[in-house]
Amino acid sequence: MSNAGDEWVRPALNGWYELFSRGSRDWLRHGEKVRDAVREHLPQIVAGADIISHGARTVRVPVRLLEHYRFRLRAGSPARGVGQGKAKPGDVLGQPASEPGAGQKGAGGTDRGGIELMLEFKVDDIIDWLWEELRLPNLQARAGATAESEWKREGWDRRGARSRLDRRRSLKEATKRRALASASPGFRDEDLRFRQLVRRRVPATRAAVFFLLDVSGSMTERDRQLAKTFFFWAAAGLRREYRSLDIVFVAHTTEAWEFNEAEFFDVVGTGGTVTSSGLAKVREIIEGRFSPAGCNVYLFYASDGDNAVDDRAQARSELDAVARLARYSGYIEISPNVVRTMRTETLRLFDDAALAGLPVGRFPVAAPDDIADAVRHFFSAESQAGAGAGAGGGPGSGA
Amino acid sequence: MKPGWLDYVPRIEELARRQGLDWSPVIFEAVPDSFMTEIAVYGLPVRMPHWSFGARYIYQLVQRHMGYSRLFEVVFPGNPGHAYLASSNALADNVLVTAHVLGHADFSRNNLLFRRCQEQVSDHIVEHAASHAREIERHIETYGARAVEQVLDAALSLEQYVDVDQPLRRERYPQYQEVSAPVEDAFRQRYNVLESTAAPSLPSRKMLALLPPHPERDLLWFIATYAPEMESWERDIFLAVREESFYFYPVYATQIMNEGWASYWHARLLREADFVPQEAYLDAIKCHSDVVRPIASGEQIALSVNPYHLGFTLWEQIVQESGIDTARAIVREDDDFSFVRNHLTHELAVKMGLFQYLRQDNGQVKVQPDDIDALRESLLLDKYNFGAPRVAVAELHNDGTLVLQHQNQIDGRGLDPERARKVLQYLQRVWRRPVLIKTVDAASRSLELTAEAEG
Repeated sequence: MSNAGDEWVRPALNGWYELFSRGSRDWLRHGEKVRDAVREHLPQIVAGADIISHGARTVRVPVRLLEHYRFRLRAGSPARGVGQGKAKPGDVLGQPASEPGAGQKGAGGTDRGGIELMLEFKVDDIIDWLWEELRLPNLQARAGATAESEWKREGWDRRGARSRLDRRRSLKEATKRRALASASPGFRDEDLRFRQLVRRRVPATRAAVFFLLDVSGSMTERDRQLAKTFFFWAAAGLRREYRSLDIVFVAHTTEAWEFNEAEFFDVVGTGGTVTSSGLAKVREIIEGRFSPAGCNVYLFYASDGDNAVDDRAQARSELDAVARLARYSGYIEISPNVVRTMRTETLRLFDDAALAGLPVGRFPVAAPDDIADAVRHFFSAESQAGAGAGAGGGPGSGA
Repeated sequence: MKPGWLDYVPRIEELARRQGLDWSPVIFEAVPDSFMTEIAVYGLPVRMPHWSFGARYIYQLVQRHMGYSRLFEVVFPGNPGHAYLASSNALADNVLVTAHVLGHADFSRNNLLFRRCQEQVSDHIVEHAASHAREIERHIETYGARAVEQVLDAALSLEQYVDVDQPLRRERYPQYQEVSAPVEDAFRQRYNVLESTAAPSLPSRKMLALLPPHPERDLLWFIATYAPEMESWERDIFLAVREESFYFYPVYATQIMNEGWASYWHARLLREADFVPQEAYLDAIKCHSDVVRPIASGEQIALSVNPYHLGFTLWEQIVQESGIDTARAIVREDDDFSFVRNHLTHELAVKMGLFQYLRQDNGQVKVQPDDIDALRESLLLDKYNFGAPRVAVAELHNDGTLVLQHQNQIDGRGLDPERARKVLQYLQRVWRRPVLIKTVDAASRSLELTAEAEG
């Protein structure tokens, strides 16, 4: 409390109001309600969130203050009012700032929508909600042969590094000793206890996900943005299941290259689409770096589907090879906003693979709002495929 | 060490007493700015929790942060009254504010509307509100936050719908209505001459009364009293909100008079407070002129009227022309409606530069022709019914359906349908039977709205 205030506060009433703020408590409740409301619009968040590329753990979503509804007259007819100042009948005024009046009580109600808040959501939370909302089953990780080892704390010892001294434990030992022998010194070396570390092997689940992006001339900026958003959520979803997730970015036109994340989404290629080149690159990397025995490999491929017709046989055999190495391969077809009458080349490729019983799937994405559906489709299909139930529609039917 | 502000209080009170102000004792308290903000948001120092207050609180904090407005004091009438002063006030501010508070205390003790409402809610609204808050905390513990919030959503959204012309504790409508005796027509006369043994005894002359017998505008009372399936604690919450609205009504309906009167007195007492140091005196004068300033500095035109300024100007005029005794009679008998209609003359409106305007949807504002009657009514437009659209209970059906009627002829247009349906949704959760409202659409065709579906 400030000094200025002290001298004239009535002593009987102490500043309890400094200890507790009703306003803040009700504000927290408002925040909870906003979060609940936002949860109901997950697809829009998933689509609209501007995802910062590397290591983004949170997503910022603009929200407005919630309105507590009251009866109000409909807008439409002009509102009457009284003003003050130099104005003649017939004058047309712009919008001068109105004076709220010093010390005036809040008018309450009108035009409070003006404030926009940026709410920050943890990506992990959104993913959890998404899984709940879409009622997605958890992935069943393939138990890897690889195991990780890590240091675990276990037990105490009388010797150890100073930094690992367990004070509470040491004090207990000293108390015990002193209880037995009175008039002994406070602490002795033998009282000290140090925490010990041991190396333990923990079973690990590893995964690698390949994001294969068609960057040929026909893929527009908007198409790539859609792909990027989908990739982000796919990665977040996989991260939820696997302790360590390697992400590999591959872009292709008629050739294929591996990129790091920063460059990946800026790559603009020219020329045609040869899907097999991308798939071959993916296979090459899997074989080189990830052994399918110990690692769960996923592939997500985004393209507009215009694969070169003479690549058909080649692409088929490459997809066949990759799909056998990977746990699941998904294809999102970024379609423009027109209805196509014919299946695209790439679509047919993946459909055929699915018919052949390979764990692959595909989903068309035309607009940002479709992305949540795509995530649902792939993750429910993948888990079914993983459970050996074969390909098929997902069980989830989110609101 | 400079003299503390509290040292001045008895001297200002003495001065006020000599001027004939008449008030119930006031307890002064200095509170931090954050608490002032809360008082402004909740309307009462300790009030029931609800998330909508949280949103307003943040809005106010942002406003304050941007320097839009500052609260010097809030007074709660009662016996004793409570005055909360911002502890950030300077000494000079507080001298002024003390005088201002005494003006309010005089007003609320003498004004008839205040007195009537205070008789209903007692002299201890601050304590009552705190006990409502405590009750509600207990309900939260017993029934859970969600259940209580649902009731508060409904009750607070109907906060403005009370009828202060009826007592706070109201009887139910009579359950039966008298059936008038049969008309003595030709048939009845022939019937009467029949052998009396043949005449069956007349059935009991009682009939279930229609509910409500006339449109009922006290929605909070009606719902708390007649809801078919409300728990008693839910009814209590409705009645608690209603009691607080009874307290708020005179504050709202005499704002121009009350703030004007307090400003008149702080100016007048300050003029005579020769004990205030010179420096503080000048600061206080500056503070006064900020408070009653019509237009923000640097602006030519304001699209709203500062009630402090309007009330202050009117009172100065009245005291100057008719003397203080007439002014005191007006304090006793008027509210803002009669005050503005009787005392805002055309001459004064011109002098103050008041004008009427129409604001189009696109934000364009057009100044209207000079017409004092229309101008007064525009000033008072937002004052009816707390500025809320007029809605009354029209019918309560046998199956429990509640039919509300929006009085669109008076309001001039229909309700915003989206919001109305949301309010009905709040309401239906506690009424637990269908709820609907009759209003008109944009083309003035009658329109019946039902609650928005859950989910």
